[in-house]
Amino acid sequence: MKNRSLVSINDFSKEEWIKILDLANEFEKNPTQKILEDYVVATLFFEPSTRTRLSFESAASRLGAKIVGFSDSASTSVKKGESLNDTILTVSNYSDIIVMRHPREGSARFASEVAPVPIINAGDGANQHPTQTLLDLYSIRKTQGTLNNLHIAFVGDLKYGRTVHSLVAALCEFNTTFHLVSPVELKLPSYVKKHIKDKNLTYHQYTNLKDVISEVDILYMTRIQKERFSDPIDYEKVKNIYILENSMLDNSKDNLKILHPLPRVNEINEDVDTNPKAYYFQQALNGVFVRQALLTSILGVK
Amino acid sequence: MENQPRKELVVSAIENGTVLDHIPAKSVFHVMKILDLDNIENQVLIGTNLDSKKFGKKGIIKVRDKFFKNKEVNKIAIIAPSATLIEIKKYKVTYKKQVKTPTEISGSVKCVNPNCITNHENIISKFTVIKNPDGEIKLECRYCEKMTGKKNMEFI
Repeated sequence: MKNRSLVSINDFSKEEWIKILDLANEFEKNPTQKILEDYVVATLFFEPSTRTRLSFESAASRLGAKIVGFSDSASTSVKKGESLNDTILTVSNYSDIIVMRHPREGSARFASEVAPVPIINAGDGANQHPTQTLLDLYSIRKTQGTLNNLHIAFVGDLKYGRTVHSLVAALCEFNTTFHLVSPVELKLPSYVKKHIKDKNLTYHQYTNLKDVISEVDILYMTRIQKERFSDPIDYEKVKNIYILENSMLDNSKDNLKILHPLPRVNEINEDVDTNPKAYYFQQALNGVFVRQALLTSILGVK
Repeated sequence: MENQPRKELVVSAIENGTVLDHIPAKSVFHVMKILDLDNIENQVLIGTNLDSKKFGKKGIIKVRDKFFKNKEVNKIAIIAPSATLIEIKKYKVTYKKQVKTPTEISGSVKCVNPNCITNHENIISKFTVIKNPDGEIKLECRYCEKMTGKKNMEFI
């Protein structure tokens, strides 16, 4: 993986995903290691993000790397009309690796073509967010002991959620049975379902959340994003359709864990937070270990 | 002699130039448009809904004194992959081949995704050409990974 960019989850093979997860497991046991003291990590956030940027910076800091970058392009030359090409080439002079988030789809692939240093895509518009997929895989494996043969439910906005699309595609490598819960207007698009069909895996579609809770090992909740709807009336119709409450978990499997890419709005009631089956905050912490594994693998230190 | 069908050309022959034969009848005007043939000075002869053994109905375009460049041929291959390109010099066929669909194209089509980086920065668009089992062609953007279908294809 040395010196290779990670733009899309498919840039790395299944075996490489597993290597990253194994290495992340080592970092979880021993997260503070000053092995990147001689490296500079650039974090270029052309649009705001809290947890992705902070977890990358936390990962780099715990490894002793220096961090340069910006969290909002308003305070940079981008505002003066600088092209992405020029920004990336300039920052490449100052750093050994670039972590970037950009509102335009395809920006990270373009950056990886022009930059002499490797690029990690931390989200390019609605397209790809591979480090989220890896931390989701890590969280699933850690809580279930395996990635193979699990029953996994995805709940909420399955149409626009990029984390859902990438994770579904990745899980198709592990003989997953999919349980897809969404309003009819937000069903998983056919180009994502194609991955499931190509592997001859089983999937079930539901509109009612209650039908699925007792069936699954992982309940992956998502937020229904207001900004995705052109008609506010359509949003009002579905915004409160799936709200998970603690009482609904009574008949769930003992090994069930609830995941959510965060931020949540109201789709998981706060009374779920203290249930040991709630895992979304640990999931966010796992993002630090997975990103430590990625930084060190790509820089060739581990 | 009376019982034999009279053989004649529905669209008359040209001395020098290019013939695009076996264009699906419904794509004739689309091909005209992408090659910008409605804006040239050359003589252009068009036939459409002609009988064809291979296709049922086909279209044909003949352009006098014009030979297409590679980039233009690639465009034809995307809109009308079944087309045959015939070059004629002094009434003789000097080249005849079915157009070949490229596996990749760059710089000639605009990505359909308004939020694709190629539509916002000075970046040459690049696509992988994907051929469906039914012969229909789609372009997958190398950058944003979205598909541009034939209906939405805007040539640049």
